[in-house]
Amino acid sequence: MVVTAERTPLYEEHLRLGAQMTNFSGWVMPLQYSSIREEHRAVREAVGLFDLSHMGELRLTDDVLAQRVVSRDLGKLRPGRAQYAMLCNADGGIVDDVLVYAMADGSHLLVVNAGNQDSDFDWIRSHGDGAVLNVGRDWALLGVQGPHAVGLVQRLADQDVSALRYYAFAEGKVAGVTGIISRTGYTGEDGFEIFCANRDASRLWRTMLEEGRDDGIRPAGLGARDTLRLEAGLRLYGNDMDAATNPLEAGLDWTLSLDREFIGRDAILRARDKGLTRILVGLRMLDRSIPRHGYPVVNDGERIGVVTSGNVSFTLGYNIAMAYVPPTLADPGARVGVDVRGTAVPAEVVALPFYKRPHPK
Amino acid sequence: MPDLSGMRFSQSHEWVKTDGDSATVGITEYAQSQLGDVIYLELPNVGQTLEQGGKLGVIESVKAASDLYNPVAGQVSEVNQELKEHPEYVNQDPYGKGWIIKLAGVKDNSALFDAKAYDAFVQGQSGS
Repeated sequence: MVVTAERTPLYEEHLRLGAQMTNFSGWVMPLQYSSIREEHRAVREAVGLFDLSHMGELRLTDDVLAQRVVSRDLGKLRPGRAQYAMLCNADGGIVDDVLVYAMADGSHLLVVNAGNQDSDFDWIRSHGDGAVLNVGRDWALLGVQGPHAVGLVQRLADQDVSALRYYAFAEGKVAGVTGIISRTGYTGEDGFEIFCANRDASRLWRTMLEEGRDDGIRPAGLGARDTLRLEAGLRLYGNDMDAATNPLEAGLDWTLSLDREFIGRDAILRARDKGLTRILVGLRMLDRSIPRHGYPVVNDGERIGVVTSGNVSFTLGYNIAMAYVPPTLADPGARVGVDVRGTAVPAEVVALPFYKRPHPK
Repeated sequence: MPDLSGMRFSQSHEWVKTDGDSATVGITEYAQSQLGDVIYLELPNVGQTLEQGGKLGVIESVKAASDLYNPVAGQVSEVNQELKEHPEYVNQDPYGKGWIIKLAGVKDNSALFDAKAYDAFVQGQSGS
């Protein structure tokens, strides 16, 4: 059987720009256009443009169902605001990490990982009736990220989007294209994510690249997206957490409203009371070796944990990783080793995130 | 485009340029473009004897770690120390300042491709 990777509405744009394409979660996506290093730098210093149309979107019209499947209390989320939350299974394991948008009509929009959009949809439906719609393939999503992103989007917007607070959104037009303009991102920089209809995606993409020329805009691929999110300490589902990980282990306690019922809550409380056996930490490598997903973390010759994400930090100039270690070695300053091809390379536990932008809004 | 006529190439995309019984080794333009941004190299020590086709070291790009293979037998006489601070030289100038090691006591490189044969080999690989 030949499984064909899905294409976003911007597929032809990526080919036209000479992107190196890769298969990611069943989607053929740009890995890089020129250089991951240069695209990373553009986002930190100017502005980068991402195609995020592979992400899934689910619309929940049943408030009770939404409250049951999402880890945070949506009763406190006002229309026009978004928040990061978990979907958990009955054992407290993470089904997916999502952004929840409270829409003006009272419904909730869940932005979910590309590879999980159909399984999330099925999973939510198994807990309710027909009150969930899978709209991911109808919508494109563009990320505009970096210190020049707000100025650029503002020049093209039909309203004052620079006044939007972080994790707030508005419905409106950018470059004449109707969509949702959201002050969110996955890079550690200020900027927007803009949802629009598939048919408008190319127009919005091309206008951004043209109008952003003086801002130093560059198209940025999944390679830079990964090195950027790692510096910002943002977890990647499937790498840093999965259905066998609970949110406490992943250091995501702040995404849980444990004073109310939701699926997985009881198991998470039990795990908390029992005491955690591992916790996700940041590691700073003390030499030049590159830590990678799956490398063992060692201490006194014993395997004590595992690296879940690792790479060079272009911004900081040293190598970084996220890894699971026992709670006894999870405090900043603790020393561990990372087994790189048989050598225990010294590393220091550091607080997450590794990188914080200079003047957050 | 640098003059590649005096160079020989391996199936694992290393190049070698011999001068008498000494040789300079690097990776090809095709290899660097496939790897993407090089960020670290793990290289042998000076004095180490390397077999033809044996492991020369590890090259890491943002994407992945890959093994480097030695295209021709010899003894390591020099390692490009510049690459410690500037691994990106391998991307920017793979046949020039991105060279990787120098070997002494080199005898035979006749098993390797010449530039034309290597080009045909790469065409066949990337076309498949």
